[in-house]
Amino acid sequence: MFFEKKHELIRQLARKFAETELTSDILDEVEATGEFPKEILNKMAAAGFFGIKIPQELGGSGADHRSYVLVMEEIARVSGVASVYVSSPNSLGGGPLLLSGTDEQLDKYLKPVISGEKFMAFALTEPGAGSDAGGMQTIAEDKGKYWLLNGRKCFITGAPLADFAVIYAKTDLTKGTKGISAFIVDMKSKGVSCGKPENKMGIIGCATSDIILEDVKVPKENLLGELNKGFINAMKTLDVGRLGVASQSIGVAQGCLDEAVKFAKERKQFGRPIAKFQAISFMLADMATKLEAAKQLVYKAAWLMDTKQNASMASSMAKYYAAEVCNEIAAKAVQIHGGYGFVKEYKVERMYRDCRVFTIYEGTSQVQQMVISGHLLK
Amino acid sequence: MRIAVCVKQVPDTNEVRIDPVKGTLIREGVPSILNPDDANALEAALQLKDKDKKTEVIVITMGPPQAEDMLRECLAMGADEAYLLSDRAFGGADTCATSTTIAAGIKKLGKIDLVLAGRQAIDGDTAQVGPQVAFRLGLPVVTYVEDIKIKDKGKKAEVKRMLEDGYEVIEIQLPCLLTAVKELNEPRYMTIAGIMNAYKKDITVWDHKAVKLDPADCGLNASPTQVFRSFTPPPKGKGEMLSGTAQKMAATLVDRLKEKHAI
Repeated sequence: MFFEKKHELIRQLARKFAETELTSDILDEVEATGEFPKEILNKMAAAGFFGIKIPQELGGSGADHRSYVLVMEEIARVSGVASVYVSSPNSLGGGPLLLSGTDEQLDKYLKPVISGEKFMAFALTEPGAGSDAGGMQTIAEDKGKYWLLNGRKCFITGAPLADFAVIYAKTDLTKGTKGISAFIVDMKSKGVSCGKPENKMGIIGCATSDIILEDVKVPKENLLGELNKGFINAMKTLDVGRLGVASQSIGVAQGCLDEAVKFAKERKQFGRPIAKFQAISFMLADMATKLEAAKQLVYKAAWLMDTKQNASMASSMAKYYAAEVCNEIAAKAVQIHGGYGFVKEYKVERMYRDCRVFTIYEGTSQVQQMVISGHLLK
Repeated sequence: MRIAVCVKQVPDTNEVRIDPVKGTLIREGVPSILNPDDANALEAALQLKDKDKKTEVIVITMGPPQAEDMLRECLAMGADEAYLLSDRAFGGADTCATSTTIAAGIKKLGKIDLVLAGRQAIDGDTAQVGPQVAFRLGLPVVTYVEDIKIKDKGKKAEVKRMLEDGYEVIEIQLPCLLTAVKELNEPRYMTIAGIMNAYKKDITVWDHKAVKLDPADCGLNASPTQVFRSFTPPPKGKGEMLSGTAQKMAATLVDRLKEKHAI
């Protein structure tokens, strides 16, 4: 209903890529080492996965939000962490630049991110400012020739791998969210360091850490967008970010459902495949129904964005519902697998851990509920 | 250099099941794909284009209107133009009539330096259409090509031909027709930008009039082959398990193979 012919080809490409490149051996290796193979990232860049919605003039693919959703879904269906690498340049990494970057900034920072040569992190969250992003304490002082940044960002996806980061900092302490600005910071600058990578439950293979800023001098031209308008930039970026997490959610959920159906047909107990028991088959029916509902929400949100309609509430609904049902579906997939679902040889064990963060990052389910109810009650 | 690549849309045989009662293929719900060997042929053409940007890659197919989807896939991989030979009159064609139509299409493309095709299609497995097209165009042909080097500024090609027990290295004059095997290369992925651009291009559709063919010379009318029955071979019986010492088993095995004239 929401798709055109070209989207079918995009799904076909992403599915083939995921099934060919993201083999079980490679994914096991990623889990074991915590590192994601550079060759696969290069292939993703070559296929255009890092600049899906970005105009071709800027080195992107010139596609749309629906294409982005389909690529994310098909990659996440096989690997949650691989989809984080697709999401980053399209969403949190490239998004702030695309929204507010000058031509020089786009040329210098966005293009290498799309081509996969550089990694850009998005640094908003702080130890004391999670859902309440406006409560941040990182400060940028105008020193005439440069900005001086001090503070600490936390839970920053890809920070240890990043070449650059978009850092949000207070430029006017009296104005709350209206006193926040965005800066492009070179991670090799003096005074920038990363904390120890977090020992995470899932999404292993894309390191997350603190970024510590101690008297970091940032050139004047690295202010991104207008002074004191950084919070709007962050929120707009997260609007698209939510769509990305929603797509990851339907992808992982589809992967869980596929595995559960396969296992239920193969696994025999009491002399027949467990799929023949109503207790199991009805679980599968519930999983499939909720997944379908989640997909329609996600696809609709993407379609609204592509047709330039207001998608704020729709993308919150999509992220909220898809992330929640993905967790339900993954839990049921583990349940259907019984003891096998609890061991690492079976894919659902990883998927169950990977999707746990979907209801948390880029706006918790509760923040999405705030957004949705805010629309209803305004 | 202008390269024409012959491609075919085929059912994905990995997904095809066989009706156990009728013994025929269940085609319903089976996805259609670009024939794998044809993807190798296209990749070879695109690699030549990578080396020389002036190279033009044109894909051509005969098929129903929905074959357009596969042509878009070829464009998304990097082909420049796509042509679809589609007409009720072309329906029901065997390899003989198919090659007449495709050759007529290639003729209409004008000057072509190289024609590439897959070795065979996974739905028919005949490996006849490529060589027949060459015959009808009066071009030299090398089949089962696993390596292509263009020489003498595009006047000649040195190709490696894969045989069951070795290979031949053949020098051939251009224009010529080569049929590709999967060992030739690894077909590239489409790109997202390629897909977006593929939908901005036009696909030219030609009917029998466009390629100046009489309906009597194409499709079912011009197909001498008649399939009177297709069937699934019965599954093999249970194998024989040998037992005893390794020496004894090896001796029995040799005896059995001799009995069956396998060795």
